Amino acid sequence: MNKPANRWTDQRVETIIGNLLRAGVSLAAAVVVLGGIVFLARHGRAIPHYAIFVGEPFELCTVSGIVRRAASFRGRNTIQLGLLLLIATPVARVAFSVVAFALERDRLYVGITLVVLAVLLFSLAGGHV
Amino acid sequence: MNTLELTLLIWLGSLLAGFLGSLTGLGGGIVITPLLTLAFGVNIRYAIGATLVSVIATSSGAAAAYVKEGFTNIRIGMFLEVATTVGAVMGASVAARLPASSIAVIFGIVLLYSAYMASRPSPPRVADDHRDRLATLLKFDSEYPTTAGLQSYHVRGVPAGFSLMFVAGTLSGLLGIGSGALKVIAMDQAMRVPFKVSTTTSNFMIGVTAAASAGVYLQRGYIDPGLAMPVMLGVLLGALLGARLLPRTRTTWLRALFAVVVAVLAVEMIYHGVTGKL
Repeated sequence: MNKPANRWTDQRVETIIGNLLRAGVSLAAAVVVLGGIVFLARHGRAIPHYAIFVGEPFELCTVSGIVRRAASFRGRNTIQLGLLLLIATPVARVAFSVVAFALERDRLYVGITLVVLAVLLFSLAGGHV
Repeated sequence: MNTLELTLLIWLGSLLAGFLGSLTGLGGGIVITPLLTLAFGVNIRYAIGATLVSVIATSSGAAAAYVKEGFTNIRIGMFLEVATTVGAVMGASVAARLPASSIAVIFGIVLLYSAYMASRPSPPRVADDHRDRLATLLKFDSEYPTTAGLQSYHVRGVPAGFSLMFVAGTLSGLLGIGSGALKVIAMDQAMRVPFKVSTTTSNFMIGVTAAASAGVYLQRGYIDPGLAMPVMLGVLLGALLGARLLPRTRTTWLRALFAVVVAVLAVEMIYHGVTGKL
């Protein structure tokens, strides 16, 4: 039996993080595929307008908007939810690192990781400079 | 061309780009935006948004395989992510204010540089046992597995590496790319992190950097679900296939070929940017 201090080694933390990332990407890809099928079934024959930039409707531009719209089961909304899950995966990884460094009692790196997490949350909350 | 046909073509193109990017180690993201804009006439802002999303997918997907090998230095990665994420948010904010033609020209220049770096053999390095004060304070010195057992290494050049990472982050946010090549240079050359540790740590950082830009892109409406869907799914599948094939493939000629493709795309991007065709 290891001493408690040794149980949270960097290697173990990294393995958990690796699995977390893979699970996040798999889930995101599955949701995007689902949304993609619905989107193509409904709009596959329409003419796409990717040449001119008009931006996305407001509801698809914010975290809360995407989550609110996700229940409506329209293809584009579901894809956007999958993409949001994908973006959230590295954020979750950083959040997990905060906990892991805290368990390792590494205060310096708890602080550094919190700074990174703050920048990520600032960006996702719609902040920009 | 209707949406279904275009989606399938973009998916196939992204699959190929992800596959080659993974085999050559240059990353698929760098050719997707030129492919979308030049071949499919997609607006560069939508192209950048879709590419950025695919960068997160490949980085996170590959990380799971990398961490098991024990090369990633999570402390170096996390510390440098302070620079890359701040840079990414700034780069993404600048991108919104720049005209499309300027973005295309900057993109072309970065592509040219990547092609040049890919075609050039990496310079020899001198082993260094010298301990650096800042690196020691930040607990960067570590060890990694080699065929001869665990090999310890010392890191130095922290300020130079941190500054380069800020540039890498800014370019990543500005152009929607992973900036993997520049991240590896910052760690491998400036900080003397062993190459294997540099590449895996860089991959680890790419996803977090891209997530920082993604928030800004999302809010600006750069991420179109209909377009990002085939790009993300294509690149992800291609990168996974490439990673599976990688140990059995000789990539020297492939790297050279890919560098030529990147260079041609670079010239096209700059030409289209300067003549205002994008």
